[in-house]
Amino acid sequence: MTGPAIEIEGLTKDYPVGFWLAKKKRSLDNLTMQVERGEVFGFLGPNGAGKTTTLKLLVGLIFPTAGTARILGQPVSDVGMHREIGYLPEQPYFYDYLTAYEVLDYFARFHDLTAAERRARVEGLLKKVGLETAGKIQLRKYSKGMLQRVGLAQAIVHNPQVVILDEPMSGLDPVGRREVRDIILELKRDGRTVLFSTHILSDAEMLCDRVGVIAGGTLRGVGAPGEIVGLKAKGMEILFELAGGSGGAAIAAQATQTGNRYRIQVPEEELFGALEQLRGAGARILAVAQVKATLEDYFLELVGAEGAQGAAVEVSGR
Amino acid sequence: MKHAGIVAWNTFREAVRDRVLYNLVFFALLMIAAAVLVGQISIGIEEVVIVSLGLTAISVIGLLMAVFIGVGLVYKEMDKRTLYALLAKPVHRWEFLLGKFGGLLLTLTVNTAAMAAGLFGAMLLVQPALKAADLCVLIAVYFILLKLAIVVALALLFSCFTTPLLAILFTTGLYVTGVFAQQIRGFGNITGSRTLDAVAVWFSYLLPNFENFNVIAAAAHRRAIPGALVLQNTAYAVIYCAIVLAAASVIFSRRNLK
Ligand SMILES: Nc1ncnc2c1ncn2[C@@H]1O[C@H](COP(=O)(O)OP(=O)(O)O)[C@@H](O)[C@H]1O
Ligand SMILES: [Mg+2]
Repeated sequence: MTGPAIEIEGLTKDYPVGFWLAKKKRSLDNLTMQVERGEVFGFLGPNGAGKTTTLKLLVGLIFPTAGTARILGQPVSDVGMHREIGYLPEQPYFYDYLTAYEVLDYFARFHDLTAAERRARVEGLLKKVGLETAGKIQLRKYSKGMLQRVGLAQAIVHNPQVVILDEPMSGLDPVGRREVRDIILELKRDGRTVLFSTHILSDAEMLCDRVGVIAGGTLRGVGAPGEIVGLKAKGMEILFELAGGSGGAAIAAQATQTGNRYRIQVPEEELFGALEQLRGAGARILAVAQVKATLEDYFLELVGAEGAQGAAVEVSGR
Repeated sequence: MKHAGIVAWNTFREAVRDRVLYNLVFFALLMIAAAVLVGQISIGIEEVVIVSLGLTAISVIGLLMAVFIGVGLVYKEMDKRTLYALLAKPVHRWEFLLGKFGGLLLTLTVNTAAMAAGLFGAMLLVQPALKAADLCVLIAVYFILLKLAIVVALALLFSCFTTPLLAILFTTGLYVTGVFAQQIRGFGNITGSRTLDAVAVWFSYLLPNFENFNVIAAAAHRRAIPGALVLQNTAYAVIYCAIVLAAASVIFSRRNLK
């Protein structure tokens, strides 16, 4: 099969709001994007950007006001297509009277697996998400992070082609995050397509082939993290030593000083001029390096200061 | 269909693990035991008293279970968002509803059977052995179960679009009108207005009609219950449930999960 894994065209969602539900609030506005097969795509945006809305539309939990979406060529309204997708809801919650083993077994039953296959898959997954010892405990006793792991396991229990994860790292400690990252990378190695939402930039930067940045319900930009970052190189950084504050003070005054070392950033085209000046001042050049804009810079720029404040500060889930 | 079975089994499992149910069944058995005591002071009609009180207990406890679990069936899964992961599986929403309905019905059947066993045990305390005529008690229990099925379907319907509290109000309201369906049908006659009459008749057909399901008095006196009534009530319950569940599916399939 060819064609993108996920095609979204003009997807729009209005929620009725107000006491009589007569007013409309646009949560997603004319979203058009594609996720290629085998790609890890990061859906990036601050809280309330419309990420969850988009993912819920893809899974058929809510219905679009306008626009269409297809997964593996099938319209998302086709429930049969769900055989090929896995979904981790935001802040997942499962039947608390079941154990993790039972929940995974329950979900696996909706896929055509034999009892033996089911047992093998469920046991393997519990191990993979680090719940092998907790597998026989009822979920009512689980922490948020453990539920998140169960959620991830149920999303991939049937080896789906397309995996849709809503904030997969939220509620997890650093070890847990690392494990989730490994699982996502493993899915990618297996040729699966992963679309995940996050407001944690470093996760996206580390994992994604491409990211899409969304804010206020509209898509602000799509691209490879490296591409975005490379295009936006901020300039050059020079690290130098200055013995006993000599006449080069003009340029040293703009630098940040740590001990007798100085660090200064200059635009790329001014690099040679700056080096000349420093040499003239008797500075010893220690290093010259390109300063790359981080995804975070890009993000902040696109989203605009007020929208990004919450997102940038927040490190884990809501 | 297979998917509905999986959901049903899980719904049943949830109920089995919920202690409240055991308490209710225990309470029903307690009521039956009380009926035995009451029967002892009513010499000569012990069997009548035990059966009528026992069947009433089964009916009341069954209704409590049907309404209180029924209204939460769908709402709880939406509210706690357990439904999200499930509906991302290849499960149609109508399959989910059917499974929820089937699961609660299975739960009620098992519980009703336990309570009925208690009732027959109580009957054996005052009579040496079960007679052929006691079959009508079993049929009365079956009718209670049919009635519960209709109540569950209604509770499930309301559970799809309203809060449990309102759903309890609606379901019990409908149940009460269903018990008095015949009187409502005759309401227009009383007022003498032709329009009101027509409205009342149409309205009464929408409402469940439980008139024919109450055979407690007949069973208490061991009067035979005609086979035709068994067929008629079964058909009525099946068709009524099917229509209500279809309506629930239509509503629920269009619903955006918050
Ligand atoms: N059920 C709902 N009813 C009304 N508004 C909603 C509902 N769900 C989400 N919204 C609104 O839609 C916007 C996008 O929400 P969401 O998709 O959850 O954002 P994100 O996942 O990016 O944090 C928010 O402004 C939110 O308040
Ligand atoms: Mg979200």
